[in-house]
Amino acid sequence: MRLLLTVIVLLIASVGLQAGVVEPRGFDDPAEESRYRRLIAELRCLVCQNQNLADSNADLAKDLRNQTYDMIKAGKTDEEIVSFMVNRYGDFVLYRPPLKSTTFLLWFGPLILMILGAVVLLIQIRRRNIRPPPKALSAEEQEQLKDILADTGEDSRS
Amino acid sequence: MVRYLLPLGIFLVLVAFLAVGLKLNPREVPSPLINKSAPAFELPTVRDPDRSIGLSDLKREVSLFNVWASWCVSCRHEHPLLVELSRRRIVPIYGLNYKDNRADAMRWLDNLGNPYRASAFDSDGRVGIDWGVYGVPETFVVDRNGIIRHKHTGPISTEDWKNTLLPIIRDLQADRG
Repeated sequence: MRLLLTVIVLLIASVGLQAGVVEPRGFDDPAEESRYRRLIAELRCLVCQNQNLADSNADLAKDLRNQTYDMIKAGKTDEEIVSFMVNRYGDFVLYRPPLKSTTFLLWFGPLILMILGAVVLLIQIRRRNIRPPPKALSAEEQEQLKDILADTGEDSRS
Repeated sequence: MVRYLLPLGIFLVLVAFLAVGLKLNPREVPSPLINKSAPAFELPTVRDPDRSIGLSDLKREVSLFNVWASWCVSCRHEHPLLVELSRRRIVPIYGLNYKDNRADAMRWLDNLGNPYRASAFDSDGRVGIDWGVYGVPETFVVDRNGIIRHKHTGPISTEDWKNTLLPIIRDLQADRG
């Protein structure tokens, strides 16, 4: 039963992995086709901004897919196509943000915060564990201790 | 005392970030074309397919380049403002008719008024892509030398005009920009 459930869940999850290319394209060259698929997966749709060009149904996404296709057919390199898009729409058109000085916090912020949190946690734990060792009781205090123990002994009997 | 100041300090820093961040529009894509040369183009006009309009028409004067379409509902909100601006001759306005049908576009202008010196007919939106258009309406402020100085996404409200666009245009017209 668990195996069946696992298989069903994985099948449902795999829908997101399938290339949602909207129009069929005639590619003679399989290398060109894989370049096309990769490029439209790496470029963002500016209208539905949480989708890449491959998944979006927006008109602009269709236009940009056409643009990408035409540029591949015209012999442009991947770099040329990407910089064409970035020159017109900025870095936001890249679905994966580039690693630049301005995006440093975006990339490493969570990791830095996690390390900071771990360091603070370790310091707090260390501080709590440092206790002075208990001093030995003086003679007077030992007498008091005997009395207290004797008292509690009597109470428990009655 | 110090123990309570630290969480308070962190909280105040968070409030400061929220105060700034919540005012920003996350959907707005800043244009990389600001202060760069406007992309050259040559397109037939909407009214007369035999006449053409290009970037050279926008030069020589500070002008507005307004992306519009007859199917665009928000364009109707800013259209009266554009018509008034053109009537008062504050700044020449050129249009980019984006992915539209010629007959629909002309009928739209006849019904609502035509503020444009001329409108370029961009039926497949390729010129729009060159200008980084990702929605309609959008308006560009282009200076005398054909440099894009400002991009406004969405319809232009009277506040947008008074507070943002008009000062920029006046500065550019006086060569102060």
